[in-house]
Amino acid sequence: MGQVMKGRTVAPGLATGEALVTSQPISFCLGVDPSTGLIIDSRHELYGQSIVNKVLVFPFGKGSSGAGLVILELIRAGLSPAAIINLRTELVVATGSIIAVHFYQRTVPIMCIDEVDFFSLKNGQMVEVNADSGWVAIFGGS
Amino acid sequence: MFLTDKEKAMLNGEFGEAVRLSMSILVDLGRLYDASNMIPVAMVHDDSIFCVGKAQIDFAEHLVKIGGQFAVPTSSNACNIDQRRWCEQRFSRETAEQNLRLIKAHLHLGAVPTFTCTPYQAGLIPRFGQDVAWAESNATIFANSVIGARTNRYAGLLEICVSLAGVAPNFGLHKPENRRAEIVIKMDQLNDEMLSDEAIWPLLGYAVGEFAGDRVVAIEGAPAQISIDALKSFGAAAASSGAVALFHLIEVTPEAPEKEACIDKSKPPIEESISPATLREVERRLSTTQKDVDLVLLGCPHFSYQEFLQLTMLLSGRKIHSNVGMWVFTSRSVHQWLAVGGLLDGLQKAGIKVYTDGCSLTVPYHAWNVRTLMTNSAKMANYYYSDTGISIFYSGLKDCIESAITGRCIRRRKPWDK
Repeated sequence: MGQVMKGRTVAPGLATGEALVTSQPISFCLGVDPSTGLIIDSRHELYGQSIVNKVLVFPFGKGSSGAGLVILELIRAGLSPAAIINLRTELVVATGSIIAVHFYQRTVPIMCIDEVDFFSLKNGQMVEVNADSGWVAIFGGS
Repeated sequence: MFLTDKEKAMLNGEFGEAVRLSMSILVDLGRLYDASNMIPVAMVHDDSIFCVGKAQIDFAEHLVKIGGQFAVPTSSNACNIDQRRWCEQRFSRETAEQNLRLIKAHLHLGAVPTFTCTPYQAGLIPRFGQDVAWAESNATIFANSVIGARTNRYAGLLEICVSLAGVAPNFGLHKPENRRAEIVIKMDQLNDEMLSDEAIWPLLGYAVGEFAGDRVVAIEGAPAQISIDALKSFGAAAASSGAVALFHLIEVTPEAPEKEACIDKSKPPIEESISPATLREVERRLSTTQKDVDLVLLGCPHFSYQEFLQLTMLLSGRKIHSNVGMWVFTSRSVHQWLAVGGLLDGLQKAGIKVYTDGCSLTVPYHAWNVRTLMTNSAKMANYYYSDTGISIFYSGLKDCIESAITGRCIRRRKPWDK
């Protein structure tokens, strides 16, 4: 087991994936293409990158409330992140994942971790998010 | 989380499957956010009618199938298309049909066909202090800040669960103790000339949103006579550059009769002052071009009757340049008032198209070979800065009109220029 961080569960589930990390907030509505899972906000540092099956690490959501719709659509289409890690999870980000549990019986775990842990996460690390037990584990680095 | 006997029965399916599904989602969410209980809501603004994909159509049609009915008055947000003129807007038939299917399901559930992102300018307005569930970020921030109703930043689909159940988990901005500002932004470096220029409000909103992120913010030094439309453009910008759900303009908005009334007293507030340099920097970042303009877009958020009056006055009988389009997006309510008030005819003669129902952000501008858009909306400029190959130019309404008439990007000197 790698480095383990405790966190607060926002949406349930268990997933492992490669970390895609940004310190900038993300607007899913009109910032992520729901038909490809690519970041299309050209002012974002992750512009052009795919969030599909990644452990997406960003401080909190921003922008329009269509975000919940975009996240649910990404989950339906199999283009969602494997998991989300935030400093604070905005309601608009939590919604898509929680509705998917009840409507599609699919989970995209979301966890909040504290600032020191958040800023220690690096792109490309393999991260296991266990929102059911309330921890995040990191394997290796790059 | 405390649930009443009735709420437990709702969760157990005694009020039907749609209420059970909604309550399951709301209770889950309430537990995750440490909500103490559920509270009744007075109104909902339904943003889930704005179509981003198939999932929300599945969800809405499923709710119809299992007998869902909204329990409280529910205004509908702008959808993507003008339902009467989508072909002219060059939407594909497939997109339009998807949209119409989604709209049909929402109307079946009981949504009021307002089709606007500004329900507060189309007749559906909550009272001060009421708990509501308003999705659509500009509507959320307006309801909280300008009206003093209480809503979280409800995301698409969550607000319709609230409407089906008639209750919402009690956390966040539903609780008065969370409605106080951690941040105070001062406008002492901005003079009266700057504050009386209409183009300042979207820029200020954008700067405030970037600074405040998702925190409650108070602003000191706003003029008491600030218009509803200025508050609208300020809030829309702050909710798109950041995740601001509530601002207080000290001595202007209802929860801030004085500074003391709206500040979080548990810790010293973070203070910041906005300078003319900040405005210049924000304005510079919002535009990607300063050349010719193909299409001028107004009505993000939807244009009010007052804004149409102002537009008509500034046009003063002139026509839009033949190489340029000017489209204005509004609600059917306002469109009806324009027809009755005699303004619509003049706008059409000037070469302006007034579209209803839809959102200015979703029109397939590539199908129009548009290279440069101009707008007076920082929200629009912010979102349009994406992967489209289309350049954008932001300025105030006066400049938008002069640019549409001449066909060139016109930016008159602003009081915050060097």
